[in-house]
Amino acid sequence: MVERTPILNFFTHLILFVGFIFCVAPFVIVAIAASHNLKDVNDVPMSLLPGSDFWVNIKTAWTTADLGPKLLNSFIMAFGVAAGKVIISALTAFSIVYFRYPGRMLIFWLIFITLMLPLEVRIVPTYAVVANVFEPYQTIMDLTGLSWLIEKLSGVQVQLSLGLLNSYSGLILPLVATATGTFLYRQFFLTVPDELTEAARMDGAGALRFFVDILLPLSRNNMAALGTIMFLWAWNQYLWPLLITTDQSHAMAVTELKQLIPNVGGAPEWHIAMAGTLIVMLPPLFVVVLMQRWFVRGLIATEK
Amino acid sequence: MASITIRGVKKNYAKTQVVHGVDLDFTSGEFVVILGPSGCGKSTLLRMIAGLEEISDGTIAIDGKVVNKLEPRERGCAMVFQNYALYPHMSVAQNIGYSLKVAGVPSAERAQRIQAVARVLELEHLLDRKPMALSGGQRQRVAMGRAMIREPKVFLFDEPLSNLDAKLRVQMRSEIRKLHRRLNATSVFVTHDQVEAMTLADRLVVMNAGRVEQVGTPAEVYSRPASRFVATFVGAPAMNMLEGEVTLDGVSLLGGSRKLNVSRAGLSVGAKVAVGVRPEAMRMVAPGTPGALEATVDLIEELGAGRVIYVDLDGAPFSIVTSEIVHPEPGSTVGLQFTESDLHFFSSETGGRLDVFRASVPEPALQG
Repeated sequence: MVERTPILNFFTHLILFVGFIFCVAPFVIVAIAASHNLKDVNDVPMSLLPGSDFWVNIKTAWTTADLGPKLLNSFIMAFGVAAGKVIISALTAFSIVYFRYPGRMLIFWLIFITLMLPLEVRIVPTYAVVANVFEPYQTIMDLTGLSWLIEKLSGVQVQLSLGLLNSYSGLILPLVATATGTFLYRQFFLTVPDELTEAARMDGAGALRFFVDILLPLSRNNMAALGTIMFLWAWNQYLWPLLITTDQSHAMAVTELKQLIPNVGGAPEWHIAMAGTLIVMLPPLFVVVLMQRWFVRGLIATEK
Repeated sequence: MASITIRGVKKNYAKTQVVHGVDLDFTSGEFVVILGPSGCGKSTLLRMIAGLEEISDGTIAIDGKVVNKLEPRERGCAMVFQNYALYPHMSVAQNIGYSLKVAGVPSAERAQRIQAVARVLELEHLLDRKPMALSGGQRQRVAMGRAMIREPKVFLFDEPLSNLDAKLRVQMRSEIRKLHRRLNATSVFVTHDQVEAMTLADRLVVMNAGRVEQVGTPAEVYSRPASRFVATFVGAPAMNMLEGEVTLDGVSLLGGSRKLNVSRAGLSVGAKVAVGVRPEAMRMVAPGTPGALEATVDLIEELGAGRVIYVDLDGAPFSIVTSEIVHPEPGSTVGLQFTESDLHFFSSETGGRLDVFRASVPEPALQG
C-alpha cells in the first residue's frame, strides 16, 4: 500500500508499536528480574521497577555456571558451524548451478528434502556416527565379508574406530550441512548474468578461479546473511550439545544455563538465572547488530 | 593477426538446428561484420568461434589450426560483450588486467600493460573506479580494454554498441574503426544494425535463418544484393518490391495493372519475379510526365537533409528518398521515374537474384 494519510499513519505506527512491545517485553522483564534480590524477585507480582543488585547477580551467575569457558566453547562451536555452512553450501550451490552432470537435479532435490529432516529427527543415527565415524564402513565391511577376508589373509582384525564425542569436531561437523544455505546461494548464483561467466572464460579463468575471484566476492552479502543466521542458530542449539558433551570442558553456555535454574527444594534464585540468561543472550545480539547492514542486503534484492 | 576458416559449421540445440552449414573465410587483419536480424544465428556463430558454444558439426580453424576442441583461452580470441560483462566488484584496472592475472603475469608488468591500454582508450583517470561509477561509453571502453590487453589474434564483438545512445554509438563506432586500424587484428563484429555494419565492415556477411545470404564489401552488398532478403534488409528505408510475372514483352506488375518494358533475356515467360528498386534511385516528377508512373502520396517523413515520401501504387506501398525540397500534399498525385539499371530482379520462388540483361530502351522503363 502506498496510501499515506495521517489516520493510516497513526494506525500503522500503533500496530508497529504493539508488535515492538510484544517482542521486547520478555527481554525487559528478564533484565528487571536480573536486577532484583532474592526476596523481590519472588514477590507476586514482581515489581517492574529495577532493583539494585544487577552487577552482583551477573557476577554470581558468571561464577556459579562457570560461564567464561562455556561462552568460549559456544563461540567456537557457533563460529565453526556458521563458517562451515557458508563454505559448504557455496560449493554445493556452485556445483549445482554451474555444472551439467547427470543427476544434478536429483542431487539438488535430495539436498532440498533434508529441510524436512532436522537434526532432532535423525538424532539417533547421527549420534551413532559421531560416536564412531567409521561405523558405517565397518558395517559394510562386516556384511560383505571384507573384514573376515582381511583377518584371514593378514591375521589383523579390522576394527575401525574414530569417536568424536566430547570434541569440537563432533559438535560442529554434524551441523554443517545445510539445505537453506545451498538454496540461498543457488538463487543468488542464478541471478549472476551468464555473460560474466563467459567473460571469465574468455579471460582464461577456470571453474575454480571463477568461483574464487568472481562468484565469492559477489556473494559477500549472502555470506554475511547466511553466516549471521547460522551463527544464531548454532548458538541456540541445545539438544545436540547436551547429548554429546558429557565432559564439562566441552559444555556449551546455553546448556549450562540449566545449572542456574533453581532445583526443587533449593532457594528460588530466579534473579541469578535471569542474569545468566542475559549474559548468554548478549553475543548473538552483538553479532546481529554488527552484521545487520549486510544481513538485510543479502536477503533482499540483488545488487546489480 | 590470424585468418579464420569456417567449414560446414552447424549448430543444433536439442532438436532444432539454428545454424545450417556455414562456410566462410576471414583473412588476416580483416574487419568482418556479420549482419542479420535477431535469431538468424549470427551470435551463435560468433560464440562458436569464441569457444563459448560447442560446434555441432563442421570445423573452425584459426590460422589453419582447427580449434573445435580448444578452450576459449587457448584460441587466442578476445570478446567484447553486449552488456559489457564487467566484473562489478573489481576496479577498472582490475577488470582490464584480470586475464593477465589469471595468466600469472607479474604485477609490475601487469600494471604497465594496464597503463598502456588505458592510455590508448583514455581511461587513465578512471582506473580506480568501479564499473558502477562509469557511464555507458566508459564501460564500453573498459570492455574493449579488457579484450585488447591480451593482444589477441582475433577480436570478437557481440553487438557491443546496442546498449549505447545514438550519439555515443556513432562515436564508439569510429573509435572501434580507429582501434582496428591501429591494432590490425582480425575482427569479427556481430550486429543487427545495418548502419553499423556498412560503416565498419571491410567485408559484410549477411545472415538469415541460420544461413549466409551474401558475403561482400558493403558497396557490393548494397548495389548487387544476392537475394531478396538482402535487398530488403540492407538499406533504409527498405528497397521497394513489386511482385510481377514475366510476359512476352517485359514484366507485368501488380496483377497486370502496370507493365515494365525490359528485354526478358534470361527469364522464361510466365516466371514469377519480384522487381526491386531502391527508394534512393527514384525521382519524383510532375504527374502526367510522359512515361512516369503515377502514385498517391500517403505520408512524408522529414529527415532534414532529405525526406522520405511514402506513396501508394495501386495498393502497394512504395517509398522514395529525395534530397530535393518538395512537399507534396498527402493525397495528391505524383509521378515517379527511375532508370532501368537501378532495377533488381529476384525469383519469387527461391528469392535468389536474377541477372537480367538490361534492355536498351532508355527511361522511362515503367509504363502506367
